Amino acid sequence: MRRGAGRWIAAGLVLAVLSLLAVGLGSVRLSPAAVVNAMLGRGDATSVTIVRVLRMPRVALAMLLGAGLGMSGASLQGVMRNPLAEPYLLGVSGGAAVGAVVAVALGAAAAFVPVAAFVGAVVAVTVAFMVAHAAPGRGDARVLLMAGVIVGAFANAAIMLLLANADPGTMRGALWWMMGSVSGATWRQAAWLAGYVLLGGALLVGWARQIDILALGEDAAAGLGLEADRASRRVYLVASLVAAATVAAAGLVGFVGLVVPHIARRMGAGAHRGVILGSALIGAALVVASDLVARTALPPAELPLGAVTAVIGVPFFLLQLRRLR
Amino acid sequence: MIAFEHVVVRYPGAAHDAVHDVSFVASRGRMTAIAGPNGSGKSTLVRALLGRRPPVSGRITIDGTDLAVLSRGEVARRVAVVTQREEMAFPTPVRDYLALGRFPHRGAWHGSVAADREAIAHAVALAGITPLLDRAMDTLSGGEWQRVRIARALAQGGDAMVLDEPTTYLDIAHEMEAFELLGRLARDGMAVLLVSHQLNLVARFADQLVLLHDGRVAASGTPDDVMRGEVLERVYGWPLVVTRDPAVGAPALVPLRGRARTAPPPTHPARDR
Repeated sequence: MRRGAGRWIAAGLVLAVLSLLAVGLGSVRLSPAAVVNAMLGRGDATSVTIVRVLRMPRVALAMLLGAGLGMSGASLQGVMRNPLAEPYLLGVSGGAAVGAVVAVALGAAAAFVPVAAFVGAVVAVTVAFMVAHAAPGRGDARVLLMAGVIVGAFANAAIMLLLANADPGTMRGALWWMMGSVSGATWRQAAWLAGYVLLGGALLVGWARQIDILALGEDAAAGLGLEADRASRRVYLVASLVAAATVAAAGLVGFVGLVVPHIARRMGAGAHRGVILGSALIGAALVVASDLVARTALPPAELPLGAVTAVIGVPFFLLQLRRLR
Repeated sequence: MIAFEHVVVRYPGAAHDAVHDVSFVASRGRMTAIAGPNGSGKSTLVRALLGRRPPVSGRITIDGTDLAVLSRGEVARRVAVVTQREEMAFPTPVRDYLALGRFPHRGAWHGSVAADREAIAHAVALAGITPLLDRAMDTLSGGEWQRVRIARALAQGGDAMVLDEPTTYLDIAHEMEAFELLGRLARDGMAVLLVSHQLNLVARFADQLVLLHDGRVAASGTPDDVMRGEVLERVYGWPLVVTRDPAVGAPALVPLRGRARTAPPPTHPARDR
């Protein structure tokens, strides 16, 4: 990131300030100094509990969620050579939703729902891969895209069937989950997601140059000695797994993976190493900000996080469509 | 040196071979051109070389080694390919784009080393693109874009370069510049293999011309041997005369006005991809 390093430093500062605000604001309002003190374990016990047990894990989870979705989206857009691609395209969201809804409908313990969502997402991605693999023109990004969309449509149909006769409690639980939320975040949850996001992110950043080459098309990739088929498959797989982990942790938070890579590019990131790292930073900032809005806009009610990111994301999406003509 | 030996390529589900029993050698220090009408199999040969459409029989060798036993990386270190199409889905800076040419020379996890920077600097100087270095690919004109792509192929190193229609979008000056550059590379010892529609330019620059027709070699040899009126009329299915270009005396083709009076177009669908 030799060009415009200042902008990235500024983005990092914005994230830091947003995080500090997010820890300080809420039903109990704390000054930045009180926040820092409580983080260090000083001050009154209530503030320390609010900061360390309730708000910090929540902000950490929001950050990881945004970073994971941002990196996943940046990588998938590159591999698919499609600026409108996003992590939920390969059936991740649909599969996860089916898993979660099944778990809710069966009356599973709340702790089991994320596991079911993760399993659902992995199954959906696997099915999408198998469909694409069976089709001719293997390695064609469009075939995989189609397969993902079709698996997603199937999953949506399954959800509607599952919810058709569901009781209001199940309905409400499933709906809340499908709109995404980081409320009730714990350090354990954050640590679990951190494992996926850091490992997956490191792999994607390591493959950034291959993604640059895949973005040129398959013939050009072959000319540069890259096995396009295999390289794109592993990027798809890792990016989808990172997205699946975020979905398991916080439900469906739309548009982050779509919007954030474009912001990173407009901030001057050219090659994918910069786009992926920049997307992690901006994604984290966007979700922390969205969660702050979701939590504080209409107290004591809490808005669904996925809806807030979408409200910010949709206008940007439309703008992009216009720019692409 | 790139050698095609009795190469046959067929697309899945196709009734005919896209390329049938094609043999020729593109050797170092020479510019070899492949020409022929649309659908004659020119681009298929490039895709076979890229490993995208492996021959169903015959073989392609690079310095005597069968392409089938070389890894894609080994091939890319010896042969740089400028493909016909390349999609730039995102605005990439020219410097980052050039750096991709060094991809075959390093592991996935390594940054650029002195040898990479040197190769890129050399390629930039050869292709004359220094003024474009701080631009983004999506702001370049067609001519500039093509020169940057050739520079990327030069940065790739190796002693063979394959180009599929490299001058399609270029005006006369840029086209001549590109041919002069390729001619210089051949003189300096590179094997240059060029797919081109520009028969008259090819006749002036190429040392060897392979004329394809319906996937077969219709004629091959020096441009003087190949560019004969009756051969070209049959292959292109259009009346023409071959004259001499007044500047350098190379054979030059002039298509005539009027109806086609020789061979009908190929009976199977064109497949020039």
